[in-house]
Amino acid sequence: MSDILVSEQSAPGTGGSGRPSGRLLEVDDLRVEFRTRDGVAKVINGVTYHVDAGETLAVLGESGSGKSVTAQTIMGILDTPPGFVTGGQVRFHGKDMLRMSNEERRRIRGEGIAMIFQDALSALNPVFTVGFQIAEQFRVRRGMGRAEAKKRAIEMLDQVKIPNAKGRFNNYPHQFSGGMRQRAMIAMSLALDPEVLIADEPTTALDVTVQAQIMDLLAELQRERQMGMILITHDLGVVADVADRIAVMYAGRIVEEADVYDLYAKPAHPYTLGLIDSIPRLDEKGQQLRTIKGLPPNLMNIPPGCPFNPRCPMAQPVCREKLPPLLQVGTGRASACHFAEELVNRV
Amino acid sequence: MSDPSTASIVSTPPAQSTDAGGPTTAGLPQTNEKPRGLLGDAWRDLRRKPLFWISATLIVIFLLMAAFPALFAPGDAVNGTLSRSLNKPSADGWFGYDVQGRDVYARVIYGARASIVVAVLSVMGTLLVGGAMGIIAGYRGGWVDGLLSRIADVFFGLPFVLGAIVILTTFNGSGSGNSKAEIMGLVIASLMVLSWPVVMRLMRSSVLATKEADYIVAARALGAGTGRIILKHLLPNCLAPLLVYGTIMVGSFIGAEATLSFLGVGLKSPVVSWGIMISDGQQFIRVAPGLVFVPAAFLVTAVLSFVMLGEAVREALDPKLR
Amino acid sequence: MSENILEVRDLVKHYPVTQGVVFKKTVGQVKAVDGVSFDLRAGETLGVVGESGCGKSTLARVLMNLERPTAGKVVYKGQDISKLSGGALRRLRRQIQLVMQDPYTSLNPRMTVGDLLGEPFEIHPEVAPKGSRRAKVRELLDLVGLNPEHINRYPHQFSGGQRQRIGIARALALRPEVIVCDEPVSALDVSIQAQVMNLLEKLQGEFGLSYVFIAHDLSVVRHLSDRVAVMYLGKIVEIGTEDEIYERPTHPYTQALLSAVPVPDPTQRNNKTIIRLTGDVPSPISPPSGCRFRTRCWKAQDVCAEQVPLLEIRRGSDHPSACHFAEKREIVASHEAA
Repeated sequence: MSDILVSEQSAPGTGGSGRPSGRLLEVDDLRVEFRTRDGVAKVINGVTYHVDAGETLAVLGESGSGKSVTAQTIMGILDTPPGFVTGGQVRFHGKDMLRMSNEERRRIRGEGIAMIFQDALSALNPVFTVGFQIAEQFRVRRGMGRAEAKKRAIEMLDQVKIPNAKGRFNNYPHQFSGGMRQRAMIAMSLALDPEVLIADEPTTALDVTVQAQIMDLLAELQRERQMGMILITHDLGVVADVADRIAVMYAGRIVEEADVYDLYAKPAHPYTLGLIDSIPRLDEKGQQLRTIKGLPPNLMNIPPGCPFNPRCPMAQPVCREKLPPLLQVGTGRASACHFAEELVNRV
Repeated sequence: MSDPSTASIVSTPPAQSTDAGGPTTAGLPQTNEKPRGLLGDAWRDLRRKPLFWISATLIVIFLLMAAFPALFAPGDAVNGTLSRSLNKPSADGWFGYDVQGRDVYARVIYGARASIVVAVLSVMGTLLVGGAMGIIAGYRGGWVDGLLSRIADVFFGLPFVLGAIVILTTFNGSGSGNSKAEIMGLVIASLMVLSWPVVMRLMRSSVLATKEADYIVAARALGAGTGRIILKHLLPNCLAPLLVYGTIMVGSFIGAEATLSFLGVGLKSPVVSWGIMISDGQQFIRVAPGLVFVPAAFLVTAVLSFVMLGEAVREALDPKLR
Repeated sequence: MSENILEVRDLVKHYPVTQGVVFKKTVGQVKAVDGVSFDLRAGETLGVVGESGCGKSTLARVLMNLERPTAGKVVYKGQDISKLSGGALRRLRRQIQLVMQDPYTSLNPRMTVGDLLGEPFEIHPEVAPKGSRRAKVRELLDLVGLNPEHINRYPHQFSGGQRQRIGIARALALRPEVIVCDEPVSALDVSIQAQVMNLLEKLQGEFGLSYVFIAHDLSVVRHLSDRVAVMYLGKIVEIGTEDEIYERPTHPYTQALLSAVPVPDPTQRNNKTIIRLTGDVPSPISPPSGCRFRTRCWKAQDVCAEQVPLLEIRRGSDHPSACHFAEKREIVASHEAA
């Protein structure tokens, strides 16, 4: 395992790292449910996606779609209970992480896969300085001495473009502004050179001008390090700017997966279409917004057939009976809609 | 209330069925089940807890004992027959007889009244005084808050037992011929005086947290006056921790009353209370240990039941523990 | 357009920063709102955009007279409402209402929908006689697209979007003329956001409402607003019609803000230029001298540190801008143009 983890040199393009499966990180038919007092919520119902080195996969969905829970399961930070993995695999370099020992998983966390969160203030420990928290990783995981760890931590802060990194080493998280804190968290998660970075709504809490800075930084770091990145977000604008591929989630399923250009130009699922239609746009003064009627389903009681059918303008009787599988539509894209072909082929 | 981001994963629309072919407007849920509030949720939760049922049953028994002691013990609790002094337990007197030949079983039953009445009344008083002070301090803020909080600090600084002894020996010394009701009043008053600051702090912090809530701002924007905001919006949302603390406090006040009676500054014979019984029995603990242990067992059970009930209610009301 | 319904003049709101527990000492002022003037015309939507900390939420509270301004006035139909109190203030509440951001915290969790929507009528009993209130509440629910049968439900039994509808219904109950919307859709999911925005538009048409629409999302503001004011550190830096602000912005901050908004169209990825602002918004306790934006501005000169630029119509432009060097710049790649 450890020879693969030294990644920067060996990182290939999208080809494959010589391993049989070739994929860097794969989620395969993952199923997760939350068992609560009120019943069982099926939060993830067979999610499959993958990310390769140097590529950005955007996982797009609204709250309750299961996009964050998938990430938590990958990281092994799912709260159990109430969350339980009931099926599927999460393979990192072809090896199923869900069957690894805690020790093995811990080693992957940080060095193999790292994660940044929406709320940097609660993700950083308030009683230690930011510098200490980064340096500690070098000391614990890399066995560095105090002085060297500090030097490396300052380098990290410098890399995420925190001005006067040396001076800010001894600052506490609350002394940073929102944008700076997000940078510090990025520095912390990248400290151990992960091969995959999962960014869970990294800019949602930030202002637009700061958001642009952070997204630039992430894109740049990813290019430099040839990391695979999973960007979890609900913001169609951010996705259009940075993603290579997009997976759209609805009610714990991937309903569409496509190249970013294809997805915006010709959505192959009515939910994606509805989402794109319902956002107000900066570059055009719209009239009435087209909306998706209704509400997302209750995950304890997902409607039979296609989970989107009660809200779908195209729904036919078949949609209420048969669950559409995620199937290839044309090249390099897939949709879980009975009428995907018609959607893509319409003028 | 709950944090939307975490809650949304599990319980997006908590009580609603998604039926196919809903109306075109905002996807209205079609079910029409009985509405249930947060207290309803808590009650549903409580009903499933054995801890709650055990403590509630015990408390009901104790309350019945206090209200209708004759139902439980036909014997005379106050007058004894000296010939039966220190008799061992028998079919007549289940727990034996004390040094003056009084039925210990009857006394322990009759003793519940004094203990529980004192505890319940002083808890109610403490909640009222402390709660009111807490609301005023929290809602008004500024110098009013400063002043009330400092006064509370002073009372808070008094050691409980020492404070109670000082107050009670001053007003209820050995020479004073206070009646039973007067003594009870004094005990209640001293318990209240020494414990309202805790309730006030609890209420104050609760009010401070709730005062800035959006729904209070919304009510102000509608033009609601101070009275309406306090009664309709603040109180219902601040009451839960008080309720929990109050239940636990009943337990500890039963113990406190017994302590004061034992020390001879609280209730006195011929009033029957568990504290007095323990105090009287203490000299004969070698000869007749039951004289101490029987009232002590009742005391401990009563205290525990209230504390357990408080814990159960706390768990039911705290959404994070669900 | 029509006459002004709300006139805001030199509005200032400073919060003292204090130190010490018993003897409080004022050590500074947070200048949350610092000299804001604008008009709201009857039946229009005025958007107020700005980043966090620019004072837009404080502005909402002062407009609602939930907080007294430090200076300046808010005139509603010729009456300075920032001085009102008691009964006069209560009567004014019928005319100006508020919709808040967070649908999860803005509804009292211990009250049913019927109680929540009935409260306005209890506070203002003259609006509806006692017997008719229940019917009024049902009418309101229907109006905002909720099932009137749900009158006995509690807020936690509704989803976020439905709760925001309840919040809107509450604001609408007294049939106000002005509604101040403080980030009414920013807590909602994309598909729900559109529903609520459409509802706000529909209600405006139906009741001739005027909105002050405060938000950080420039796309949302553009969609709903007739005129837009851009705020930075407690001041309006630019104000104009929706076209003037989005198509012909002249203030560097507006330009930077607009350029940073991600456009949901991957084909635009490479043909738009983002103006990168460096650094963060300075503290409102000690804002920069002169122009407040100068510390992050690429055009800043000495004059910017010395002179506060006034919000006025500048040469070569048609709307007020508070920049010494205001000039047009193509920012938003308009679809028709592309």
